[in-house]
Amino acid sequence: MLVQDFLQNSAERFPDKAALVCDGQRLTYAEVEARANRLAHALIAHGVQRGDRVAIYLPNSVEAVVAIFGILKAGGTFVVVNSTTKRDKLTYILKNCRATTLFTSGRNASLAAKVHAAVPSLKFTVLSGKRATTAAGDGFYTFDDLLAAYPANRPACPTIDQDLACLIYTSGSTGDPKGVVEGHNNVVFASGSIIQYLENIADDIVINVLPLSFDYGLYQLLMVFRFGGTLVLEKSFAYPAAVLKKMEAERVTGFPGVPTIFAILLQTDLSPYDLSSLRYITNTAAALPPSHIMELRDKFPWATLYSMYGLTETKRTLYLPPDQLDKRPGSVGIAIPGTEVWIEDEEGNRVGPGLVGELVIRGSHVMRGYWENPKATAERYRPGPTPGERVLYSGDLFKMDEEGYLYFVARKDDIIKSRGEKVSPKEVENVVYGIEGVVEVAVIGVPDPILGEAIKAFVVLDNVALTEKDILRHCRAHMENFLVPQHVEFRDSLPKTSSGKIKKTGLS
Amino acid sequence: MTIEEQIRQYIADNFLFSDDGYQLSDDASFLEEGIVDSTGVLELVMFVEETFDVMVEDEEIVPESFDSVSRLATYIRRKIA
Repeated sequence: MLVQDFLQNSAERFPDKAALVCDGQRLTYAEVEARANRLAHALIAHGVQRGDRVAIYLPNSVEAVVAIFGILKAGGTFVVVNSTTKRDKLTYILKNCRATTLFTSGRNASLAAKVHAAVPSLKFTVLSGKRATTAAGDGFYTFDDLLAAYPANRPACPTIDQDLACLIYTSGSTGDPKGVVEGHNNVVFASGSIIQYLENIADDIVINVLPLSFDYGLYQLLMVFRFGGTLVLEKSFAYPAAVLKKMEAERVTGFPGVPTIFAILLQTDLSPYDLSSLRYITNTAAALPPSHIMELRDKFPWATLYSMYGLTETKRTLYLPPDQLDKRPGSVGIAIPGTEVWIEDEEGNRVGPGLVGELVIRGSHVMRGYWENPKATAERYRPGPTPGERVLYSGDLFKMDEEGYLYFVARKDDIIKSRGEKVSPKEVENVVYGIEGVVEVAVIGVPDPILGEAIKAFVVLDNVALTEKDILRHCRAHMENFLVPQHVEFRDSLPKTSSGKIKKTGLS
Repeated sequence: MTIEEQIRQYIADNFLFSDDGYQLSDDASFLEEGIVDSTGVLELVMFVEETFDVMVEDEEIVPESFDSVSRLATYIRRKIA
């Protein structure tokens, strides 16, 4: 099975069923597939070849969904880039994966011409949105023009399940993003395992407020299309009241979120909304505090709550069977169906209950590694128990209880989890170091009731008068919103280790 | 300053940091243009409450009232009327 078969099979089974509710549109499976087919023909005609990386730099939208499946049908590998990514990082990602095509829209379209010139591999750009015109010049097409010019029949399938479905870029401790390589077979396995434990059926209607650039958001789309449900796709959770109204109107049954979303939800008066259709709620990206678990269950006693854990490198890893939630609210559970995990100490010995070690993950959801980065890949993806197999060393410290349920303890590196997103302190520090007059920077995570961890930057200046606003202005111009610090503190100096490196353990 | 000017100024000072020469039009969606996100909207609500001395209810925080300079100005005028 291939990832585009999710759409194709559902279009055959339920051609007239609502597949996607988004941007004020309601598209059936047949309509989504027809658009994806048209786009695939267009991409092939414009030179996209099997294995080409095609970047989607769009907010959650109908075009982003059609692009994902159109690219796959053309034999390409899709790369969804967060639509708040700024020019430097976008250019880095496009160059890193040598993207041949870029989809973009709105405000970001004005960036496209500059990016185009900086990325030699880019052959053409597809613009969408209200103000999309091809005025930018040669190599620019509009989404609507491409769709109109090509037929709606299914193109011949050029790929097999060993080909790559997508690259998902994730923050690394070095500061440069790394592309996690997902084969069709990995995505098919991982999505099937998750559907199995969530017990999804074609009657499920899932609302997704998470960006499609985030694997948790992307898989909502992939899974819903696989089981033939309906996806209600929102741009974000920025307007909780609007999302809640949509949940009521669409009779949503599945609500995936991250702790920040649930923290906002718990502060919101839910009495104006009838949310009785909700069958399940899922949480991942960071653990929910047990108090929030209890409050969520009080507010939605009719819905099943799944606590989960995962990392892009294996998609999902653990889930807590809902019947265990009362007994062990702090646990993120057991290995997802068809996979196994264990805990290893630093000498590589498997350890038993109560002892802390690194979580090791085995199964067909272990992705292929990091795009063209054999060094980073070798550190995390290591030989497994059978010949040719690789298992993932998660970089996360865990312990298990007597019955084998797992508990997250800490990360081995200094990655911050803010709003459920991984934040590399190094990446933020590198941007702040780009400000004239900044001598030293240390970025840490500090506890925050809404964000999980807030980002705090300690800054030492070299006789210049900079304010917090100046620092934040630069940050907002050069990185995604979720990387911008919430707190900036100026210091005369920062604590150092004996070798002269900045010591973060004393900062708070 | 008109209400529109005050909103534009706030957006420019707090969200619109960019070197791409982008010009924000009064009817452009903050969300679609990638100008604000979840926490950005909460900051916008605080700005409205503090600057115009109004009380914003949870269910009023919807795109129809908040998601462009002109929509927000209309909402503020209605609240202070």
